[in-house]
Amino acid sequence: METLLQNPWFVIPLRIVIVVGFVLTAVPVLVWVERRVLALMQIRKGPNRVGPAGLLQPIADGIKLFFKEDVLPEKVDRFIYFLAPAGFLIPVLCAPAVIPWGPDDRLTPIADVNIGILFLLAMTSLTVYGIILAGWSSNNKYSLLGGLRASAQTISYELAMGLSILSVVLLTGSLSMREMVLNQQGELGLLNWHVFRFFPLGLIATGIFLVAMLAETNRAPFDLPEAESELIAGYHTEYSSMKFAMFFMGEYASMVTISAVMVTLFFGGWLSPLPFAPFTWIPGPIWFLIKLGVFIYLFIWVRATLPRLRYDMLMKLGWLRLLPTALVNLFLVAVILWWRS
Amino acid sequence: MLNSYIPVLVLAVLAAVLAVGMVVLSFLLGPKRPDQRKLSPYECGVTPVGSAREKFPVKFFLVAMLFIIFDVETIFLYPWAVTFKDAPKAVQAFNLIEMGVFIAILFVGYFYMLGTRALEWEESERAQPRRVQLSDVARKLEPASREEAVLPR
Repeated sequence: METLLQNPWFVIPLRIVIVVGFVLTAVPVLVWVERRVLALMQIRKGPNRVGPAGLLQPIADGIKLFFKEDVLPEKVDRFIYFLAPAGFLIPVLCAPAVIPWGPDDRLTPIADVNIGILFLLAMTSLTVYGIILAGWSSNNKYSLLGGLRASAQTISYELAMGLSILSVVLLTGSLSMREMVLNQQGELGLLNWHVFRFFPLGLIATGIFLVAMLAETNRAPFDLPEAESELIAGYHTEYSSMKFAMFFMGEYASMVTISAVMVTLFFGGWLSPLPFAPFTWIPGPIWFLIKLGVFIYLFIWVRATLPRLRYDMLMKLGWLRLLPTALVNLFLVAVILWWRS
Repeated sequence: MLNSYIPVLVLAVLAAVLAVGMVVLSFLLGPKRPDQRKLSPYECGVTPVGSAREKFPVKFFLVAMLFIIFDVETIFLYPWAVTFKDAPKAVQAFNLIEMGVFIAILFVGYFYMLGTRALEWEESERAQPRRVQLSDVARKLEPASREEAVLPR
């Protein structure tokens, strides 16, 4: 086993299977959880016919989508129309490559590159190309508007996100995500996590990241790109069959990825919240999954609770509130860091 | 050094194979029963009006320009943040002042951006319904105006 784990020809495929396998299995489970939880919150039953408690519903949906007619509308720009879903899904699947899921560095991350978090930011930005190309090539007014809105929103909130990540980079002194987790290790347990550092500065950075992460994944209350009451489905109005499913999958996979980033940056990654006996018996990856589950549940909870923002309010929140707050917060973190050194 | 990127490359190739495979499979597997109505752009079942290749608000373009400016500045902060922690205290003080100046200049640009009203989405503001005042309601309830409404000119 040890010699096998030294062999790159064995280890690299193994890591890819672990991470991508997890993300891709999480998608149908997440779809099921979301539909059930939303239903419960609205006093409905939700899917409960296919399999026990409707558990097989997402799989049935997936198989159905494979055999649905793949409509190719006459006015679309064919090459880009086919390219866009792939251009969206590839960066989404590449993004989790740098996230460490547990303490064993032979199994995860797929690639422990020294620019970790920058790679992740780059990949999440690349998904905008898929969205805007899909919106433009569909030759449909709703799609065009959805694509434009999605790209303007994603780039606006990416600034705030990048700046809130910078406070973590300041605290760690490295861009590697493994270093960021190790930096949160200590005798104080969860008080050592980046959320509670330099109270309330860490908390503010976490809050900004939380809002930006909802906006980056185009989820409610920032789901204007696909506002079904005005834009039908936004940039994927003209997509059918598996090409639609690719946008759908990509969106849920990026939810998983960005929640994992949140856990890694601010909530101690795989570390246990209390550093003594009964808690340290639970292995690191389990802790990671528990924390991941909390944030994914938060996505669903927010969707069931908050109404959608108006577009000008959305832009103002991003540029007038989050961006200056993040900049000032970053500077204060640097000042305290200098004061204490 | 570059060796650590090989897994990323492998992953990217795999993701590309998966994505292209899904596009091709769905194209091959599904039935093909096209007709004129199905192939026309979807506009809630109504016959499409005009073309989708229309003008769109320049504000979106402006937001993209602002993003480029501010994002370059954010990226410029990254190397500073990485080296800040491990530097000696005197160097840290220098770095701090330097970055204070940088962020101050950034804020000058930021307030200039606000001054040019680059982020005012006027169209949506004009579309906002007018606030109903109590006096408006009172005027509506006056007998004179009610007569006006009942009697056609």
